[in-house]
Amino acid sequence: MTFPPFIARPRLLPASLAMAFAVLVSPAALAIPDWNLQTPVTPIARQMADLHLYIFWICVAIFVAVFGVMFYSLYKHRKSREHKAAHFHENTIVEIVWTVIPFLILLFMAFPATKTILAMKDTTAPGLTIKVTGNQWSWGYDYLQEGVSYLSNLSTPVAQIENRSPKGEHYLLEVDNPLVVPVDTKVRVLLTASDVIHAWWVPALGVKQDAIPGFVRDTWFRAEKIGVYRGQCAELCGKGHGFMPIVVEVKSKEDFAKWVGEHKAKTQVAGGDPNKVWELKDLVVTGERVYAANCAACHQPNGKGVPGSYPALDGSKLVRGPKAAQIQIVLHGKPGTAMPPWSQLSDVDLASVITYTRNGLGNKTGEAVQPAEILAARK
Amino acid sequence: MSTIAHDHAPGVGAHDGHHDDHAHHHPTGITRWLTTTNHKDIGTMYLWFSFAMFLVGGTMAMVIRAELFQPGLQIVDPEFFNSMTTLHGLIMVFGAIMPAAVGFANWQIPLMIGAPDMAFARMNNWSFWLLPPAAMLLVISLFVPGGAAAGGWTLYPPLTVQSGMGMDFTIFAVHILGASSIMGSINIITTILNLRAPGMTLMKMPLFCWTWLITAYLLIAVMPVLAGAVTMLLTDRHFGTTFFNAAGGGDPVLFQHVFWFFGHPEVYIIILPAFGIVSQIIPAFSRKPLFGYASMVYATAGIAILSFIVWAHHMFTTGMPTAGLLFFMYATMLIAVPTGVKVFNWLATMWRGAMTFEAPMLFAIGFLFLFTLGGFTGLILSIMPVDVQMQDTYYVVAHFHYVMVAGSLFAFFGGAYYWIPKWSGTMYNESLAKVHFWSSLLSFNVTFFPMHFLGLAGMPRRIPDYAQQFADWNMIASVGAFWFGASQLLFLYSMIQCARGKGEKAPARPWDGADTLEWTVPSPAPYHTFETPPQVK
Repeated sequence: MTFPPFIARPRLLPASLAMAFAVLVSPAALAIPDWNLQTPVTPIARQMADLHLYIFWICVAIFVAVFGVMFYSLYKHRKSREHKAAHFHENTIVEIVWTVIPFLILLFMAFPATKTILAMKDTTAPGLTIKVTGNQWSWGYDYLQEGVSYLSNLSTPVAQIENRSPKGEHYLLEVDNPLVVPVDTKVRVLLTASDVIHAWWVPALGVKQDAIPGFVRDTWFRAEKIGVYRGQCAELCGKGHGFMPIVVEVKSKEDFAKWVGEHKAKTQVAGGDPNKVWELKDLVVTGERVYAANCAACHQPNGKGVPGSYPALDGSKLVRGPKAAQIQIVLHGKPGTAMPPWSQLSDVDLASVITYTRNGLGNKTGEAVQPAEILAARK
Repeated sequence: MSTIAHDHAPGVGAHDGHHDDHAHHHPTGITRWLTTTNHKDIGTMYLWFSFAMFLVGGTMAMVIRAELFQPGLQIVDPEFFNSMTTLHGLIMVFGAIMPAAVGFANWQIPLMIGAPDMAFARMNNWSFWLLPPAAMLLVISLFVPGGAAAGGWTLYPPLTVQSGMGMDFTIFAVHILGASSIMGSINIITTILNLRAPGMTLMKMPLFCWTWLITAYLLIAVMPVLAGAVTMLLTDRHFGTTFFNAAGGGDPVLFQHVFWFFGHPEVYIIILPAFGIVSQIIPAFSRKPLFGYASMVYATAGIAILSFIVWAHHMFTTGMPTAGLLFFMYATMLIAVPTGVKVFNWLATMWRGAMTFEAPMLFAIGFLFLFTLGGFTGLILSIMPVDVQMQDTYYVVAHFHYVMVAGSLFAFFGGAYYWIPKWSGTMYNESLAKVHFWSSLLSFNVTFFPMHFLGLAGMPRRIPDYAQQFADWNMIASVGAFWFGASQLLFLYSMIQCARGKGEKAPARPWDGADTLEWTVPSPAPYHTFETPPQVK
């Protein structure tokens, strides 16, 4: 996606106000900000866009006709022009006509819409099936046949959100690990969620489907163009709702196959040799990164939590107590609370992040948790 | 409608005597308002209460627009932002719009059907006095540990099962508000069915009474459903039930079905009284009887009935079976037919009339124009494949503000200007009211029109921060919102001036085209009216 060039300019308040005014009075003088559906890259998204335009123009035509009559009447039939009021107040034929005509117009709208719905609901014969899991606040992607799975987190730095550094081009629409799919392939998406309802929405792909905890829903898309497409969670899911974007990278079929191979290899390295014994400081370094991506949204970057909602880790009895109890909660979550299970993270990531919480954030147990311990606890 | 002749037995002069007779039986000061069973007092309290809530909810909207003025987090943190959008919705729907409609009903229904008061006068008092505690619960919830409810006004679980005790405050507030609405509705139905003056047959009633009669039935049908939904939420939160939790055999989507079974008729509960007000104003200022009175009644009933079978169009993206999608899409599209009939009838009423454009008429025309625009976006949203791109985006926010703000609220402003001479005995300041209208009309569109573009371009609703390509429209919308908010102070000032009697004295019938019963009593309407019923021919 490309943005008009003026977007990247640092926005100072007076300049922005002036521009708001300029856009308001003369939209043609400047490039108009995005104001219509994003360019579709799937057949379904194209049908949606066409359907929208088709119905939009019918509505515009009716609107102009009806309010043309009204404004004519407002002008002609006013007392100040000494128009004398007529006294008619009933006409059955007219009533029937303006009941039947709208009904007929609706038929012309319903027909193409029905065709599109039938196409949208046909999720049979996919070339690739991906399970998407909504979490507070990240997306989990599992390639069921390929055996690849990972989490996708917002990668916009906090400093940009808090206005301490200039915002990047893809502010809030960028992730660490995008979803990667092959072009011209029917991709079936199975959706679920681990905590609350989320919705997976990529406008250019014409896909928006709620992810409902405890249930699996499905949808599909067939991207026809190589590129990067961005979307966002579309169902209010708590305070991080605005911060869990979706990035889909559509690659050529060869590049996709290559990516699957590379990703598997990488996962094996990261998942690594579970028997390797890590140094405490290495675990802390990796753990800090994992913490920032997965835990800081609730427990806060400083580990102080949010009183009443998310417990503090700094000084927590659990974190400073025996390792086993903490490993259990991180692996399996805490039912009835916002703490989800994190078993989809690799052993190394989990060992690092637990070690980090026990030796950072104001805690100092001096103990390292090794990947082997996580592996043992999984069983 | 045009043939009603008014033969009210107590002559105009006798009313003042009546007033004095009764005045000294009544307590004065605060006790008067706490204990009053008079429909006019209660109507006044409803209207002031709803305006106060409008200002509270409006302040929250200002916080929302201030945060969204620029990308990045500036003013509030995301959790508080979510509380603002949640409480803004709840307070505007349950605290501002609905009580305002009941206020109009209290004042106008007895006056328009020639009844001395509402049927259950004490229950009427109780319906009103339930509102302030409910409103206080909502406002206090901002200050409890964990903050106010932040799951959106739709209260979807499991998110609302997660949240702190602010959510419980909200649930109890909704219970109380629901009880108040149900009692109000029973009162309105009984009043209309039993207390009409001799000769005032149902099909001679002013249309405002008709739309409220139908609204009251809708309320009785759906408020208990909402109470059930939030009660299940409460027991899921605290008593170990799992209605909405798959792990215990429940289903989060069940809540949405139950909620929207309430929620869609609720949309018509909000708009039908507004239709009624507009149907009084347009004939009065066109100096011509309402066109197609009978078809207006049938169209209102048709809309009400259809409103029960369209709820799942709010849930097109939850993943429904194809047959469900098609049924709810077709049913939703059908609503355009009776709604269209109403719009055409209003236009036919204006056609070849002798129109003047005082503030009530301006607001009615503003309503007609912008409500219809909101109706068209509603039609676009009803097309399921299109809705998939727009569900939960700013397009939806634009759509429902066109029908609720430019729809209901504008009609209520029109109604307030139309009847304030009767209520207060003082004419409002016409030039100020016109400034209020034009300022509201323009700022409303500056605020909400760009939201269509934001939604189309892909901005989800209920987010405290957004990507850079949404920056320009958001800034424009925020400027419009502050302007709109400030404009409403003009209305407040106008109404206070009328209440204090500052202004021209109003005659009994300030509008020469108005022909309903309330204009046959003096202005201000005496404390007791129609103690002997008028004869309607």
